[in-house]
Amino acid sequence: MSSTDIAIHQTDMHHGHDEHEHHHDQNFFEKYIFSLDHKVIAKQYLFMGIAWAFIGGFMSILFRLQLGWPEATFTFLEPILGQWVQNGKLDPEFYLALVTMHGTIMVFFVLTAGLSGTFSNFLIPLQIGARDMASGFMNMLSFWIFFLASVIMFISIFLETGPAAGGWTIYPPLSALPQAIKGSGTGMTMWLISMALFIVSQLLGGVNYITTVINLRTRGMSMTKLPLTIWAFFLTAILGLLSFPVLLSAALLLIFDRSFGTSFFLSDIYIAGEALSQTGGSAILFQHLFWFLGHPEVYIVILPAFGLVSEVIATNARKPIFGYRAMIGSMLGIAVLSFVVWAHHMFVTGMNPFLGSVFMFLTLIIAVPSAVKVFNWLATLWRGNIRFTAAMLFAIGFVSLFISGGLTGIILGNSALDIQLHDTYFVVAHFHLVMGAAAFFGMFCGVYHWFPKMFGRMMDEKLGFVHFWLTFIAVYLVFMPMHYVGIAGFPRRYYNWTGFEAFNIFTDLNTFISIAAILGFAAQFIFLFNFIYSIFKGRRATLNPWHSNTLEWTTPINPGHGNWPGEIPAVYRWPYDYSKPGAAEDFIPQTVPFSQTQSSNLPQERVLE
Amino acid sequence: MITIAIGISILLLLVVLFQLFRIGTLASIFRGSSQKAAGTTKTSNKVNSTMLLLFLIIGGAAFVWSFAAAWDDMNQPLASVHGEWTDELFWTTMIVIGIVFVITQILLFWYSYKFQHKENKRAYYYPHNNKLEIIWTTIPAVVMALLVFAGWKTWTKITSSAPADAVVVEVMGKQFNWMVRYPGPDGKLGVTKTTLIDATNEFGIDFSDPNSHDDIVNPLEIHVPKGKPVLFKIRSRDVIHSVFLPHFRQKMDAVPGMPTKFWFVPTKTTSEMQSETGNSEFKYELACTEICGRGHFAMRYVVVVDEPEDYEAWLAKQQAFAVQNPDVVAKFTSAAGQKPATEEAPAPVAAE
Repeated sequence: MSSTDIAIHQTDMHHGHDEHEHHHDQNFFEKYIFSLDHKVIAKQYLFMGIAWAFIGGFMSILFRLQLGWPEATFTFLEPILGQWVQNGKLDPEFYLALVTMHGTIMVFFVLTAGLSGTFSNFLIPLQIGARDMASGFMNMLSFWIFFLASVIMFISIFLETGPAAGGWTIYPPLSALPQAIKGSGTGMTMWLISMALFIVSQLLGGVNYITTVINLRTRGMSMTKLPLTIWAFFLTAILGLLSFPVLLSAALLLIFDRSFGTSFFLSDIYIAGEALSQTGGSAILFQHLFWFLGHPEVYIVILPAFGLVSEVIATNARKPIFGYRAMIGSMLGIAVLSFVVWAHHMFVTGMNPFLGSVFMFLTLIIAVPSAVKVFNWLATLWRGNIRFTAAMLFAIGFVSLFISGGLTGIILGNSALDIQLHDTYFVVAHFHLVMGAAAFFGMFCGVYHWFPKMFGRMMDEKLGFVHFWLTFIAVYLVFMPMHYVGIAGFPRRYYNWTGFEAFNIFTDLNTFISIAAILGFAAQFIFLFNFIYSIFKGRRATLNPWHSNTLEWTTPINPGHGNWPGEIPAVYRWPYDYSKPGAAEDFIPQTVPFSQTQSSNLPQERVLE
Repeated sequence: MITIAIGISILLLLVVLFQLFRIGTLASIFRGSSQKAAGTTKTSNKVNSTMLLLFLIIGGAAFVWSFAAAWDDMNQPLASVHGEWTDELFWTTMIVIGIVFVITQILLFWYSYKFQHKENKRAYYYPHNNKLEIIWTTIPAVVMALLVFAGWKTWTKITSSAPADAVVVEVMGKQFNWMVRYPGPDGKLGVTKTTLIDATNEFGIDFSDPNSHDDIVNPLEIHVPKGKPVLFKIRSRDVIHSVFLPHFRQKMDAVPGMPTKFWFVPTKTTSEMQSETGNSEFKYELACTEICGRGHFAMRYVVVVDEPEDYEAWLAKQQAFAVQNPDVVAKFTSAAGQKPATEEAPAPVAAE
């Protein structure tokens, strides 16, 4: 199909169904800024996510410079970092601030808001057959509160005392006492305000996602006919709704301790030449509250990626996803278990060893549903007819990274082994592979795959291949060697490690990791170029460029407000009828009734004809 | 001038890359490959699937090679009884997950290569197989159960309470160094109070408690005897720190307001380790592994493992804090016991 054809086709559709012509009289602000349309809000989340990802990535490059070349002087950084570089040496507190902000930005602003915010918003109404979210207004509020949170966090980077610097987990007393570290002054206050707003934004979004999935499915779209993407977003939203309020309470109590002299987390402290009056608090209590969100949070990050990857693998392997119900079951299992494993982050905090045993047991159970998912993806690839689109490559890369990073979780979940490995680079390698890089791969996979639906144009596939290969190789080069230094006990969040004889043997490996990280970061500019260029100049998309079954590809190329001109299509079958024997094409969209596919119907489907 | 030159070269490079990209796009339109459904172009499928296979082979080889090359460095010399258990459990688990890692990665990349798109081929419609799914749910569950059991047994032994005759050492974290206290001949540590801390009495020892009078404070190095249980009583006086002894495979957080502990049995003296590693400078080190501020990276302390008789000799030479600082103790014996707090500037100083 050439581009001219499509253009004509599209106008046809619009003239054919003029029933939502009345939506078109929006002004610029209503349409693009304070839009109630889920597709526009999704794009707003995506742009914000990408912007934050580059900021967070750049921070990692700065601290990798310090780690890779601990003896070097970085005078060339003075123009951008100002007082944080003295005589070419990075300030140790600024180093900690970089690490902290990198974590906060990546976990919350990119992989939670940027990933769920983009794809839950974009795909839920389109894939379940709804005109929009249950509440467009709440959805808009959700984005703009996130925007406000982003602005506050961004401003905090430029404070004279620096942004929050106590690690992204902000354990008190370090985060509670400005005497302990400069970043715990105004920087921490702004971190807490920003995160409180962020949580509000997540809750507004989450309520919307859940309501929409439950109430607004089109005719025939039962829960067992939903694409796995929707199941993933649905469970993610439930996790967020149940766990984020706990972080809000932790943040609130921390605010009280910081500003109003309460002792929730503080006790027996002597700092900066004086004994504090706070007594009776428990620093460990904060960790329990934090990780009660913190652990579900890693699944909030990875579940949407599960969904996106499952969908892309099935479409491009031209096969039904293997074990659809097992895939849903394992996601449910992971979602439930994710609430009862949090204390595996705290094996060496001095909590009761018996509690450690319980959490080790629960943590290792969660490996079972994760293993099932991997086996099912592999079985989906088996005897497929695989189309290597850029999205598919990222999906395959995702599975590889998820395996590599997930397996070491079995070691870290074992409390006896965690003694040596806790807070070392082994942990850093583990979670960067399994929820950092893997979730990013899920996100890239989603962007390449649904770009045509978002912008009506295709991203350049060849640039996508280059982007994939450079990123994939760089990720492994960065994180594989980190396991080696981690096994040796190399501690994380160390500004400089040359003072220790046990750790100063790793100069070469650290330099190597830093070079790989810089290359990997540079490769992301290929993506950025491809993304921006393709929005304006990309090849025009066809109606269903990937020959996919799901509902979003039945909308016009550039769906307007309300998604479908005319009636919303009804759904007759599950979304994975790929390569069904006897069918004319190797895909049967969900909107095709069984009466039209008699040649390919299975025995149990005959009654539905 | 150099900056401008670099800037111009980068700009030119970008322009060249952009032109190459344009040529590529135009060529694909000319060849007609842009007309085909995405992912069905023969060459690009071939290239990508072959690269996936190459990635498996070359990446796998590089992994094996780098792992072997880093082997000596990643295995820190081991010097504790329980460290042998955890090291063994660690490498056993590594073998288990290593097997899964190799099988799944090979299948992933091999399937990707083998089942690449071909014209006129249909994928195999295979939506589920209950038997297969039950098998591959059960196997990981059984393996996990075994690993949990092994971990639980080891963990319980390690975290059991210390023997009564254990050598007690108190380790206190503060920004940014460690402070160490031995109970002295009576074997009992004196009571401490946060409010009693000042520049001299950094532990806040309450000298009205008779147990405190023989306490030994801040020796240059931590000395412990070989072959005897050693109990570290750990606390912090400001923010959370963490006591990490990589060679003893030990780690425990130092939490303000909540004393923690761990015990272990050192198996090799420092000099034995020096001859074993062939490094005459070898020292057991204590590092902080919980982010605690500016000087987090510099909280180093040296642990010396002695033969028991050398340890006793060393201990006998140490002077009690009360003897070294009679004026501090005098304040407790004279009436009030409260004294003006002296200003103490926190500075990023390593223990050395």
